[in-house]
Amino acid sequence: MKILKFIGIGIFFGIVLVKSEAVSWYRIFEMFKFQSFHMYGIIGSAVFLGAATIWIFKKTNLKDTEGNKINLPPKDKGFPRYIIGGIIFGLGWALAGACPGPMYILLGTGVFSMLIVIAAAVLGTFVYGLLRDKLPH
Amino acid sequence: MEILLKPWPWYISGPLIAVVMAVLILFGKTFGMSSNLRTFCAIGGAGKYADFFKFDWRAYRWNLLVVLGAVIGGFMAVTFLSDGSTMALNPETVKDLSALGFSEVGESLLPKEIYSWDAVFTIKGLAILIVAGFLVGFGTRYAGGCTSGHAITGLSNLQWPSLIAVVGFFIGGLIMTHFILPLIF
Repeated sequence: MKILKFIGIGIFFGIVLVKSEAVSWYRIFEMFKFQSFHMYGIIGSAVFLGAATIWIFKKTNLKDTEGNKINLPPKDKGFPRYIIGGIIFGLGWALAGACPGPMYILLGTGVFSMLIVIAAAVLGTFVYGLLRDKLPH
Repeated sequence: MEILLKPWPWYISGPLIAVVMAVLILFGKTFGMSSNLRTFCAIGGAGKYADFFKFDWRAYRWNLLVVLGAVIGGFMAVTFLSDGSTMALNPETVKDLSALGFSEVGESLLPKEIYSWDAVFTIKGLAILIVAGFLVGFGTRYAGGCTSGHAITGLSNLQWPSLIAVVGFFIGGLIMTHFILPLIF
């Protein structure tokens, strides 16, 4: 049951991202060219509804299915890591046309060359782990 | 049924992504797809090389199940829920891409100029995929999250760091799309 609920939410996520075309390289290109509202509408409405949902969760002291109070751990303070890391991520996002979620989803759509991108992303994460103490955060 | 087969508009898809986030929170987890990349490193024994990967990855097995589901969902969406129509991209976008040498724009989710085996089996094509993946993997961990963790969850939770990260995502994306892609293609 526990296994199925997480696989199930993943399936739902995969279907939504394909049907919304948010996994498309072309949609990412179009977004960064400011030529369509589509991606902004997706992200904007997700954040708007997401913010309202989290606000209600916190206001009503809702508990999760494990019985714990809902608590989203705040991100660490800092500036360089978010802006530099963000820019590096953005460069890759616009080149691959896919961020980590869509990479897996696109693999499922039958684009097996995506395995190269995923392997390179794992390598990138590994190299970050090696250099972590030397980078400004 | 027919409406399911057509592309879903943003005002349906966006709220459904918020539902994914909300359900994961209700399950006591968080929505963050890039964390799996670190988990893969840990499974592969990267803890021998950096403390960053010394953690009990079994605690994050649930997220690997989400990944498995996402792969299945991608398969199901194209196999059972697609009518194979061309994407309704802005004609300007199609024109811009044609000028860069892209053809059959929007006929599939990804351009064959980048993802077809013909493209991949060239030095340039292989380099594009490796560099792109590396930047995503390095950048997302450095920034502490990706589109799901920062742009969706972090912004929904009104966290400043996530806003800075998302601004970074856009600076990087704009530089790539406007200045670097025209040099590559």
